[in-house]
Amino acid sequence: MTVVSIKQARLNEDLSSTAEEIVVHKAIHEPVAADKPVGSERKSRVINIKASLEFFVKRILPPIIGLMLFVMLWELIAQRSENLPGPIKTWASAVELFSDPFYDNGPNDKGIGWNILNSLERVGMGFGLAAMIGIPLGFMIGRFAFFSGMASPIISLLRPVSPLAWLPIGLLVFKEAQPAAIWVIFISSIWPMIINTAVGVSKVPQDYMNVARVLNLSEWKIFTKILFPAVLPYMMTGVRLAIGVAWLVIVAAEMLTGGVGIGFWVWDEWNNLNVEHIIIAIFVVGIIGLLLEQALLLMAKRFEY
Amino acid sequence: MNKYVQVEKVQMVFETKKGKFVALKDIDLGIDQGEFISIIGHSGCGKSTLLNLVAGLIDATGGALFCAGREIAGPGPDRAVVFQNHSLLPWLTCFDNVHLAVERVFGRKEDKASLKKRTKEALELVGLGHAMYKLPHEISGGMKQRVGIARALSMQPKVLLLDEPFGALDALTRAHLQDELLRIVAALGSTAIMVTHDVDEAVLLSDRIVMMTNGPAATIGEVLEVNLPRPRDRLALAEDARYVHLRGEVLKFLYARHKKEAA
Repeated sequence: MTVVSIKQARLNEDLSSTAEEIVVHKAIHEPVAADKPVGSERKSRVINIKASLEFFVKRILPPIIGLMLFVMLWELIAQRSENLPGPIKTWASAVELFSDPFYDNGPNDKGIGWNILNSLERVGMGFGLAAMIGIPLGFMIGRFAFFSGMASPIISLLRPVSPLAWLPIGLLVFKEAQPAAIWVIFISSIWPMIINTAVGVSKVPQDYMNVARVLNLSEWKIFTKILFPAVLPYMMTGVRLAIGVAWLVIVAAEMLTGGVGIGFWVWDEWNNLNVEHIIIAIFVVGIIGLLLEQALLLMAKRFEY
Repeated sequence: MNKYVQVEKVQMVFETKKGKFVALKDIDLGIDQGEFISIIGHSGCGKSTLLNLVAGLIDATGGALFCAGREIAGPGPDRAVVFQNHSLLPWLTCFDNVHLAVERVFGRKEDKASLKKRTKEALELVGLGHAMYKLPHEISGGMKQRVGIARALSMQPKVLLLDEPFGALDALTRAHLQDELLRIVAALGSTAIMVTHDVDEAVLLSDRIVMMTNGPAATIGEVLEVNLPRPRDRLALAEDARYVHLRGEVLKFLYARHKKEAA
């Protein structure tokens, strides 16, 4: 199947290049008719076709070819391996899995949908708490040098610590898996938000601060009218990085804590030696991470001036 | 004698990594109420530093500055600044940018309707009544600078400080805005200090031109009285012998006596 599709792609490419040639010929043969309305209309249509072909060749084709090569490589490796399922087998398994995503056969056997939702909920809570604390903290650190002096050694010390190192502390303090997992998400996603917000505050153009000084604005007005809008793009970058980290960490955290969630599900399927499901989980995690990132990018775009 | 704005023996020393840098020394200047003063000099002569000192954005390391009989200690809306790069807040409309200033100065004494009226009047004064609700990125550079002027004027400052207000604009827009400023200042009788490097601008707008020597340790070299009658008209003055003479005086100061070494 893959070989055929590659051939088809090549054929497409050939077709597109010949089509382009035809377009060029037409354009050359039509200079006299150019000022006539009919001729120019045809010409603009030709240009349109050419532009969309160019768009296809430059933008659409490369990712398709890349994905196909990736799948081919996967198939090749799968054929030589005893245990690794190939793309076709995995696809069949995925279709079956997603045909009933929300079944519930007790705590250890729930549909993929439940697992995803549970993971997202944990990430949402841990990340939400981190945003609630991290963003104001970032503003304080950026605005007041004294505060920055107080906080920066702690941040520099704790930031490089692997998120999972915090799990035992969470288990110890909360005595339960669920809050411990949320705690890990919280502690790993708070740093990008603190740091980016603080950097954003320090990057507020001096001109704006001079305006604030000449107008003698109150600290509250400075915050609402100048600091907050100016820092928003930086803050959004922090939020985006944080949610990326949170989603990275959740799989590992859930593997250790158990319960319901995509990470636990991966571990469970490993114990069942259901490798197709593990591969599906990898794709699911990747796709959801991508969607989260894109959604936040889209949000961030709204805050650019 | 005490002038409206009084600069006495002012010295400004910056601490740099290479040690002390004397930017300004022995600056003495008095400005009357309603007077328009230009400060002109080569780049790096500390003319913007002097303006920032009057604005209170930086503190003098020596001497003292007074405005309306009170010592200047920090910035305030009684000394409104028109910044070179307009410094409008990009997330606020022109109206809101000006309103922010109006609210700060008159918010305690006046109701909302009158604050809005003041904001509108300031924008109409600079000819921007039609673009009030646009965001800064939707209007041209010249219009942005008009909003900057409107913001400064809306505060009814004791002194209007202009830091190369038209430096970033093209020549035609600049001429147009100079004429507008001439008209507005005449109408309001504002006291103004303008930093510029444009000789024509200085002669056209000022009552006196303060010419600075080159830095470091820059000081006032000469003060030139511009005794041209007002209202002034750009076209008529271009042929005027007094105008040409004054212009020549400034040029002589800048390029003959205090020529800047090629950077």
